[in-house]
Amino acid sequence: MTETSNPSEAPTLVLEAGRTEAHYWRDLWRYRELLGFLAWRDVKVRYKQAVLGVAWAVVQPVVQTFLLTFVFSKLAKMPGGDIPYPLLVLAGLLPWQLFSGAFSGAGSSLVTNANLISKVYFPRLIVPLSAVVVALIDMAVLLVLTGGYAAFAGVAPTWRLLLLPLFIFGTMLIALGAGLWITALTVKYRDFRFIAPFILQVGVFVTPVGYRTDFLPNWRDILAFNPLTSMVEGFRWCMFGGHSEFYVRGLATSLAMTAALLASGLWFFRQTERKFADVI
Amino acid sequence: MSQPVITVEGLGKRYTLQHQASSGLLRDQLAGFLRNPFRRSKAANATAEDFWALRKVGFAVNQGDILGIIGRNGAGKSTLLKILSRITEPTTGRVSLRGRVASLLEVGTGFHGELSGRENIFLNGAILGMTRTEIRRKFDEIVAFAEVEKFLDTPVKHYSSGMYVRLAFAVAAHLEPEILIIDEVLAVGDQEFQKKCLGKIEKVTRNEGRTVLFVSHNFAAVRQLCTRAILLHEGRVVTDAPPVETITQYMKMMPRSQGSSAYRHIAGDGRARITALRLNAPPGAAPVYPIFENIRIDIDFTVQSSVGALEFFLLVYAEDGECLTASFQRDTGPFTKSSGPTGTVSAVFKNPFAPGRYLVSAGIFDSTRQFLDWVEFAESFQVETGFADGRAFDQRLGRFSLLPEWRT
Repeated sequence: MTETSNPSEAPTLVLEAGRTEAHYWRDLWRYRELLGFLAWRDVKVRYKQAVLGVAWAVVQPVVQTFLLTFVFSKLAKMPGGDIPYPLLVLAGLLPWQLFSGAFSGAGSSLVTNANLISKVYFPRLIVPLSAVVVALIDMAVLLVLTGGYAAFAGVAPTWRLLLLPLFIFGTMLIALGAGLWITALTVKYRDFRFIAPFILQVGVFVTPVGYRTDFLPNWRDILAFNPLTSMVEGFRWCMFGGHSEFYVRGLATSLAMTAALLASGLWFFRQTERKFADVI
Repeated sequence: MSQPVITVEGLGKRYTLQHQASSGLLRDQLAGFLRNPFRRSKAANATAEDFWALRKVGFAVNQGDILGIIGRNGAGKSTLLKILSRITEPTTGRVSLRGRVASLLEVGTGFHGELSGRENIFLNGAILGMTRTEIRRKFDEIVAFAEVEKFLDTPVKHYSSGMYVRLAFAVAAHLEPEILIIDEVLAVGDQEFQKKCLGKIEKVTRNEGRTVLFVSHNFAAVRQLCTRAILLHEGRVVTDAPPVETITQYMKMMPRSQGSSAYRHIAGDGRARITALRLNAPPGAAPVYPIFENIRIDIDFTVQSSVGALEFFLLVYAEDGECLTASFQRDTGPFTKSSGPTGTVSAVFKNPFAPGRYLVSAGIFDSTRQFLDWVEFAESFQVETGFADGRAFDQRLGRFSLLPEWRT
């Protein structure tokens, strides 16, 4: 044994009602490896169990791309500009998949990890965080697919692509904010498990996944209240360069909404968190 | 000696029990609100009752101590451990812990059946608070301790239950915290391996000055391992003394025959269940026997579904918690065929025990020796200071009386 243990040098931990606060953020950092392990476990198990493996991460968005292209382009006759419509949809699906994966993952994460929460201490924030990480990995698969299709369609990348990580990060923050809300609400009110899918069903239409907002000038400011709108726009701007313009006022609204969502989500989650083990 | 490593002062934990209607469903609360918009829905359709799982608990533990915590189910042991391991917050009081705490409230927390043994070692280690480098450093040691080298890359869902438990223990046994909190977990696993684990815990405490909190029903382990033990009863510490003394206190508090509904079922899957243990005694009288008197214990049981043959066993404990004898049906007779939904099995033996008070546990195995039920300290009996033939009992050593054939 190389480590020597001398408790008189070790930090003293005091447990009292309402005292968890003090160490929370430091603990979150100390448990960062657990975050990695939990995400790694979920990804690994998913791809081990499904026979189709990685294919599943591909089939789902491909079907969705076809459907959205059909509905918006062929039925609703929405203009796509000079970008192939399926590519437009794929670029919108990237942030949307990241969001919806993290959101639904977070909602069910406490149920799947119930035995961990009732038996082991760790900052509970890790659970929804790991849902975001898992969704990020799924998105990476889709990103490769989209890149391949873009090359096939002859859309060349520009320097703007380098800014894509910023929008990925922004989407993750939104997903985390919403994920925190849904996680805490699911613990408090079990029926949020059924409300979450409904929110996603509505969300895919409220977010411009299947259409372009620059062709809907009257709606732009209203749509901007959905913070994901600017992220979708941002993804397209990064990927298709000058073929899609960027709406700065929308981005400002979106960032404000993101900050509000994240701050309130953190606050609510921390409020509910200390009772998790008692309720589950 | 310096300050204690663990100090607990005035610790209390209140749970609010919700009766009936309020199910924690939003729709119920909304419905309640619509029905009665001017009152808080909670007050309208639910009565809340406070329940104190712990009250004013206080104790201190020094470095290198192994503190045993014993008590009946519902005495507050689990709540205490949950607070110490930071899973839940106390309602009142404070705890101060000096050093890194690791708690082991369950064997194999976070194990995932789809993942291999190797992967689970890393996952479980991280969950228990080890760093990746720490796990990597001890990996070989863990694998050797668990004796699962050949199955490292097999998903653990294909492991036998013994292998699973061994692997889970092995990870936990290699934690190196200053304070280790262990719940009941040694109740599973085979004897040999249990011994190995107890040995490991002992070594770690003795040699490296670690502090251990140990909850167990295995009194032999508590006695062997602990330097001190506390007894919890209804959320309070009633005894804080050397282990033998605390265990004796616990046994004294055990059944003043509270009836079979208070039996503690500590193992079994419920396919068959013991409903009552009856000791032969005049109606209304407590069972008291002289030495070499016939004792007859009737075990009433119910059978849920067809389980085939049943094998019964009886354990007799002295008041200091030592198990004096374990009798199995296979030793002396055929197994019981479970024909009807209920039945009774009787064990008759000549009382060999020295004067004192004894506690009886009983259980059932199926034909593959899986536990169907095990009721612990269900009933008690007294042995009086005299023999069945009327002679008085003279002071002597020993806990048993044999009936040897003296040849001259």
